[in-house]
Amino acid sequence: MSDTLTATAVTEVAADAPAARRGVWRTLRRRPLFWLCVGVLGVLLLVAVAPSWFAGWFGQPDPRACDLADSALRPGGAHVFGTDVQGCDVYANVIYGTRASLTVGVLATAVALLVALVVGTAAGFYGGLADRLIARLTDVFLGFPFLLGAVVVLTSIGTRSAVTVALVLALFSWPTMARLVRGSVRAVRDAPYVEAAKAMGLRDRRIVARYVLPNSIGPVLAVATTMVGGVIVSESTLTFLGLGLRAPSISWGLQLSSAQTYFQTSPHMLLFPSIFLTVTVLAMITLGDVLRDVLDPKGRG
Amino acid sequence: MSRYAVRRAVELLVVFLGVTLVIYLMVFALPGDPIRSLGGDRPLPDNVVAELRSRYHLDEPVLQQYARYLGGLVTGDLGTNFSGQSVAGRMESRWPVTITLALTAWGIEVVLGVLLGLFAGLRHGRTGDRFVLAGTILATSIPVFVVAVTAQLVLGVRLGWFPVAGTGDGWPTSYLLPAAVIAVFGLASVTRLMRGSVVDTLQSDFVRTLRAKGLRQRQVVGVHVLRNSAIPVLTFLAIDLGYLLGGTVVVEGVFNLPGVGQLLFQAIRAHEGPTVVGVSTALIIIFLLTNLVVDLLSSVLDPRIRHE
Repeated sequence: MSDTLTATAVTEVAADAPAARRGVWRTLRRRPLFWLCVGVLGVLLLVAVAPSWFAGWFGQPDPRACDLADSALRPGGAHVFGTDVQGCDVYANVIYGTRASLTVGVLATAVALLVALVVGTAAGFYGGLADRLIARLTDVFLGFPFLLGAVVVLTSIGTRSAVTVALVLALFSWPTMARLVRGSVRAVRDAPYVEAAKAMGLRDRRIVARYVLPNSIGPVLAVATTMVGGVIVSESTLTFLGLGLRAPSISWGLQLSSAQTYFQTSPHMLLFPSIFLTVTVLAMITLGDVLRDVLDPKGRG
Repeated sequence: MSRYAVRRAVELLVVFLGVTLVIYLMVFALPGDPIRSLGGDRPLPDNVVAELRSRYHLDEPVLQQYARYLGGLVTGDLGTNFSGQSVAGRMESRWPVTITLALTAWGIEVVLGVLLGLFAGLRHGRTGDRFVLAGTILATSIPVFVVAVTAQLVLGVRLGWFPVAGTGDGWPTSYLLPAAVIAVFGLASVTRLMRGSVVDTLQSDFVRTLRAKGLRQRQVVGVHVLRNSAIPVLTFLAIDLGYLLGGTVVVEGVFNLPGVGQLLFQAIRAHEGPTVVGVSTALIIIFLLTNLVVDLLSSVLDPRIRHE
């Protein structure tokens, strides 16, 4: 009996990091807000992957089947969300636009996160010259005010797709996350378990992958989740300025920027894409907030 | 103090060089030949190309060109647009509008943000707090131009409370609505920051001491908590200027305010590269300088910052 107890205790201690993660999961699981956000984002992901399935629900499945005779129809009848000035179905366009907006948001964040993890870990783990160089580099990129850096770069790039817009937004958003990673890596760098791993003669790469990153990645994941929302908003603003995606691409930003011209007479053209965009961003930001709350030991009490 | 100021100034210089180098490399060293594209479909003769290259110093090494561009920036030369007008000259008459707009937005943001943050912080965890928090998240989820055109239609056109566009009615009437739209976004951050800061301050030892001394809630909050919680907010306001400047571009475009932001807005839409780069560079330099000033100011208010 006591032997099995000791055995369980030993396994539990050995599996310390996964246990902490299970604790986070246990707390998350009990938050209704978490499930709400996951649900909303899950549906949106499905829409982005298989728009054709959703677009057909109200009988107008093709976003590019436009009839000028149906220009600017109010919502109702065959067009649940109405039509835009070209006579295209707003609902089908909103559905097909999901993919572009989510792609930009997720791709930009993923690239920025990857860069931030590599650069931030290098700065935090090794310190010294690498740290100082990286600090100056992040200073430079944080020296660009919001959007203006992206405006300069996108103006000089001729061809623009979801990928280029995402890369440009990533270029100006990795420094904040890199600083965060550096901070959390520094906080665990001198922890006893890292020293033990060093004493065992493990290679740096293994120490970082096995001990340092799992214990310092939490905060930046929460910020990254929030950032997906921020990037989606930025993309639509850049598109509005004329620097984001261009027709014939279909995205919420494009719909919004062409709709604002006719906003006074046909508010529905702006309303429906706005609702989709806002709900997506809200879900992302709230999910990030919930994650941060749960990962922050102070918040967990 | 002066040592800290010198250190910050040196740091700023490094950042300035880095930022301008990034802009320079992005814009001027990208693939594509501006001289050959001047000719359009008919290729220019080689001697004309060579002549234009040396006139615009494009035959020099990149670093030398960068130094020339930097020299121009320092003397206030932001380049010329395609029709030969100086970019700095076109901006000159537009500065007052943008500065007025940004300061008005800043004012709205500080007053409302601090008040809302204080309110939420004092009611930490209760319904009022949750409402304010939800509001700040909602505010950051809507693109600024959507808020701008909606405010313009509802409050300007339908209700007629504010002028729809332009600066015809002067300050404050013409500026209030556009400034409020820009302020919404920074407001969310100021509120959250202030809220967190108030919650932390309320739990600190000195507040407990003040209470133990028998000070009233009004004195504790109004004098001590407010002043001590406001320092992080002040530091944030410098970063926030970046959002304000980005916001002025959209809002001046929508509300047709003849400021620097509108110039940038129109230049982007007209694909006038040199103007876009010149105006953005000017705004970025202003952003960097304001950051320096605010850093120095907050180090006066909170000496701990200097010794970090």
